Amino acid sequence: MTDKPFLLKRLFAVSFPMILILIVAVFLGLSIGSTGSEFKAVFQSLAGKSVADSMTATIIWNIRFPRVLLSALVGATLSLGGLVFQVLLRNPLAEPYILGVSGGSAVGAIIGILMGLSRFPGVAFAAFAGSLVTLFLILAMSSGQAILKKDSLLLSGVMINAFCSAVIMFLISMSQHSRLHNIIFWLMGDLSMSDIRQVAILGAMLLPCFLLLFRLSHSMNLLLMGQEMAQTMGVNIKLVTMTLLVVTSFMVSATVSHCGLLGFVGLVIPHILRLTLGPDNRVLVPSCVLGGGAYMILCDLLARVLPEHGEIPVGVITAMIGAPVFILLLKKSDLCR
Amino acid sequence: MSPAIEIKNLSHYYGDSPVLKDLSFSIHKGDFFIIIGPNGSGKTTLMNTISGILNPQKGRLEIFGRSIQSYNRKNLAKTIAFVPQMFPADFPFSVTEMVLMGRSPYLGILGLEKEEDIKLANQAMNFTEVKHLAHRKLNQLSGGERQRVFIARAICQEPQIILLDEPTASLDLAHQVKVMNLMDRLKREKGITIIMVSHDLNLAAMYGNRLLLLNKGQTVSLGPPQKVLTSHKLEATYGCRLLVDESPLGKFPRIMLVPGSRG
Repeated sequence: MTDKPFLLKRLFAVSFPMILILIVAVFLGLSIGSTGSEFKAVFQSLAGKSVADSMTATIIWNIRFPRVLLSALVGATLSLGGLVFQVLLRNPLAEPYILGVSGGSAVGAIIGILMGLSRFPGVAFAAFAGSLVTLFLILAMSSGQAILKKDSLLLSGVMINAFCSAVIMFLISMSQHSRLHNIIFWLMGDLSMSDIRQVAILGAMLLPCFLLLFRLSHSMNLLLMGQEMAQTMGVNIKLVTMTLLVVTSFMVSATVSHCGLLGFVGLVIPHILRLTLGPDNRVLVPSCVLGGGAYMILCDLLARVLPEHGEIPVGVITAMIGAPVFILLLKKSDLCR
Repeated sequence: MSPAIEIKNLSHYYGDSPVLKDLSFSIHKGDFFIIIGPNGSGKTTLMNTISGILNPQKGRLEIFGRSIQSYNRKNLAKTIAFVPQMFPADFPFSVTEMVLMGRSPYLGILGLEKEEDIKLANQAMNFTEVKHLAHRKLNQLSGGERQRVFIARAICQEPQIILLDEPTASLDLAHQVKVMNLMDRLKREKGITIIMVSHDLNLAAMYGNRLLLLNKGQTVSLGPPQKVLTSHKLEATYGCRLLVDESPLGKFPRIMLVPGSRG
């Protein structure tokens, strides 16, 4: 009889309800849309029966299904991105969007589009390069002794973000490019451009990253004890830190080049999960994948059904939920002395 | 038999200024070895070099007869455990989770603990008397309790050597004695070699069997407390008036500050 269940048992115990939530979210995401609610049709279709109305079946499987998958992937990625940055910078307020990494990817992506690169791999790599540049900037600033403090790190992130937004607006205003037609919508986060092939490519890129992060989650725990401690417990800190940074930027830039800027997801989800499940990253990594996926599917659902005509960019929804959470967190943490 | 730690001609520089100058000494297996010296004497740098955090810039460092560079990270972690002075506590792990982290060098590729690891963690928590706190969060503990949790974490790492950086600093008197007794028991019952940096000369005199007095990166004196802790050596090193006599508790020196004196 042990005091603490095996981690594996704990993982199952945690994953089970999370998977349920994800399933419910997927079901809702498939069923509800601008053409009304088709719970029955989705049930029938899932049970393998043919749906009477072939139009409904097409909407469910060809339009909503890829979109739900895309949302889940993006939500999982952004939540993990937040988790990793929070661990590496040892700051519960860190997040790819707030730090400006997402903004950097967006600048890269837009430059890629203006150069006429193909969406994949051209624009994706331009976005990756953009995120690495901002990441390098953040690290260079945060390794300077004066900017080690939490608040200055966040402030520099906000400034990088503001600068990136300005660059984006500059590029858009200067260019007559026809491809930039939808760019404003894309900037606010857009999950509507999803066809199943692109989603599959994205998934094939992201899933190995998720696994790699799970593999590194125990080292992430040790990193939270401080670099020196981690080192004396056998962690190759340089290798682990570099891997975490590059993998995360890669994941984030891949989703940004696909669906634009979605803020605060990486803040809200890891925070809620850490509150309920504790700080063990071996539990948090899989939970972020499941919970972040479910959260984004539901946000996208709201974005689709709230307006009477058309839809809201989903980034508007995530920011409207996320920004107040950020302020609450800020108030709670020791930043406001 | 090769000593636990053998240091030969070790030097360390930060930029141009030397912190450790051509140090040579050895620490025997089963020693309660305490490094003392004023601020800036190089104690922390020496500690970080022995724990593998810093690479020896010049000179040689051998652990059980093998150069420290010949150990891979996990094997070094299985040999030496390090108890730092402070832990960040912004991500509050539970006491059990913290102690279990000591098992990391033994875990497989996914870092999942087995029953054996949990048993060892429980034993370590019993040893340092923190078992009753197992489910508490680190940030809910007092300084003394936290220090004993960190020591349990180090024990859980099953090392042959434990390094401690000023473990009694900022603890009240009862907890100071408790921590020192704990280390003494570890040495006697488990044969673990204890290496400690301390500012408390009286505790060093009572518990250490060999002391190293450092000043400006060089050895002033090395040996048993009676040899190292003389008023002559201490006054020259610390630059203040000190009174040293024999403790009424036994055959070890007692050091007293002299108020109003100037260096």
